[in-house]
Amino acid sequence: MDSLHLHFELDGSDFTAAGEASSEVKRVLRQLGFDSDVIRRCAICMYEGEMNIFLHASGGSADVYIEPSEIILELIDSGPGIPDIDLAMQEGYSTASQEVRELGFGAGMGLPNMKKYSDEMIIDSVVGVGTAIFMSILVK
Amino acid sequence: MINTKLYIINKNYISFTETEFNMQLKEVRDILNAKVLCGEHLLDREVYSACGADLMSDVLAFVKEQSVLLTGLLNPQVVRTAEMMDMLCIVFVRGKVPDRNIIELARDRDIVMMCTDYKMYTACGKLYQAGLVGMECE
Repeated sequence: MDSLHLHFELDGSDFTAAGEASSEVKRVLRQLGFDSDVIRRCAICMYEGEMNIFLHASGGSADVYIEPSEIILELIDSGPGIPDIDLAMQEGYSTASQEVRELGFGAGMGLPNMKKYSDEMIIDSVVGVGTAIFMSILVK
Repeated sequence: MINTKLYIINKNYISFTETEFNMQLKEVRDILNAKVLCGEHLLDREVYSACGADLMSDVLAFVKEQSVLLTGLLNPQVVRTAEMMDMLCIVFVRGKVPDRNIIELARDRDIVMMCTDYKMYTACGKLYQAGLVGMECE
């Protein structure tokens, strides 16, 4: 299998569209015949990242690089940035508004979930500029 | 009497310990006296566990495949979350009925959708009492 690149522009203004990119990634991975565990781990990482962009930033982009041995997810937004990444990585810590919580998110589990389900995760964030998250899921 | 433990993770989340038990979705419908909104042709599918949650983040953190999601939350992300987790069925509690777009999204993803008049605690309790215990939180 050759490597495959998927690119998504995420329009943060349309909440009902949140998750469409993750759904598409899952569909493609299933079509390519990846193991169901790998597909679910990718889907969760992508979905949590995508939801974060919708909930915390006004939009952004996602790039997915699919190789036979590894799947790389890159999620980039121009949101408020994360002032304290260590704090943000703690389960239960969230800066989400009440409005976001009423939508069923903002429990402070997004970043910890991404770390839990990916094999490697890098967060690069600058306050006032935005956040980039890179995740790697190995195909074992 | 089923000898198993009920884990209460937080006020919005309940998960169950692992057993061999499975239940067809038509039994879920009958036990909850639920109305099926989509996926009538998929009611023979078997599920091994259930999860009651209004926080989708908790579902993403703890639940495995082939399970039922009971929720009081009505938005498309309920379907998306179930889709990501390979869940087979969504049950809306407290008599809530989602709008047509949400039902269509579930239909498109082959996810069975139901609604019941029971409240969350009662709905979870009825399934649990009937033996639907199937999952340990990670």
